[in-house]
Amino acid sequence: MSFHMILAAVAVSVSLVAPAAAHEVTLGSLTLTELWSRATPPNAPTAGGYLTITNTGDTADRLVAVSTAQAGKSEIHEMTVSDGVMTMRPLAEGVEVPANGTLVLAPGGFHLMFMKLQAPFVEGEEVPVTLTFEQAGSVDTFLHVMQIGARGPDGHAGHDDMKMDMSE
Amino acid sequence: MKTLKAIRIVAWAAVAIVIGGVATVLVLQQFDDPPIATVATIGGPFSLTDQHGQLVTEASLKGHPSAMFFGYTYCPDVCPTTLFEMTSLMAELGPDADKLKVYFVTVDPERDTQAVLADYLQAFDPRIGGLTGSREEIDKTLSAFRVFSRKVEGEDGSYLMDHTASVYLFDDDAVFTSTIDYQEDDTTALAKLKRLIDGA
Ligand SMILES: [Cu+2]
Repeated sequence: MSFHMILAAVAVSVSLVAPAAAHEVTLGSLTLTELWSRATPPNAPTAGGYLTITNTGDTADRLVAVSTAQAGKSEIHEMTVSDGVMTMRPLAEGVEVPANGTLVLAPGGFHLMFMKLQAPFVEGEEVPVTLTFEQAGSVDTFLHVMQIGARGPDGHAGHDDMKMDMSE
Repeated sequence: MKTLKAIRIVAWAAVAIVIGGVATVLVLQQFDDPPIATVATIGGPFSLTDQHGQLVTEASLKGHPSAMFFGYTYCPDVCPTTLFEMTSLMAELGPDADKLKVYFVTVDPERDTQAVLADYLQAFDPRIGGLTGSREEIDKTLSAFRVFSRKVEGEDGSYLMDHTASVYLFDDDAVFTSTIDYQEDDTTALAKLKRLIDGA
């Protein structure tokens, strides 16, 4: 086996084990990871988006806006479930990224909210987004689209032991 | 006479022990099965239409256990996730899932028409019925099932809906037995559905 073949084999195995959603974006003292969304049912008018923002700076920042060409309207929302009732509200002021801290947008809590979808979010595709922070400015990146019902950016749905045609 | 009396006392004592034993077993059996709260006030008359145009009423909940939950297609997280969870649970139940009826009832009938639900539900188990109707019929259903929902107006004419996120479970007599709560773990949810099906 030539050295190149070994390199190629290593590269392939790395790409096989690396989670699909592993991309990282650096913007000043902010690092964005776990950028993901879920496939949408046919004609679904909305979708959520999620990411983790780590701030290594000594000053707090604020995620103030999100936009994408794939939605007519994009907002930052907070969802809560209390006493069994789901409530969702737009956060007009955005949401704070604490100094030397982490902000997590995830199902059941803070999320990017995409409305008036121009086209469905399709599993395996990427949704381009622009995220704007009060201090750090704007960055163009993308969200990995996982399956409907995925619980996280590694694509695992609630039931690992079953394989649906839409999974993997 | 004395011996006869003694025998009688021993016999009655034996009876008492047996009765006590049976009673203990009965009590233990009750605790063996985790208690299920029965709230007779959840449920009542309703008349809605599923995504195929079929009429679904309170009578449709009888003769088999049912799971019912409430939401709307504009919901980005809880509703599609719950539909997906129910789809997965039905797959895990295997053929037993046919003994269960699962209904997704819209709290937003103005936007969730029969056609919208028919499209949307294609992503999930085809046995899930998507129910809609007039605002009046939906409101009647929501109040019969003690479901909270509230319209929250946005600034540009758009709106969101706050709503109950739990899945309600009913036995084969349409009597409410328990709920599967939002983000309840799969093992518990599956056990609840199995118990419901086995009890029917
Ligand atoms: Cu939202």
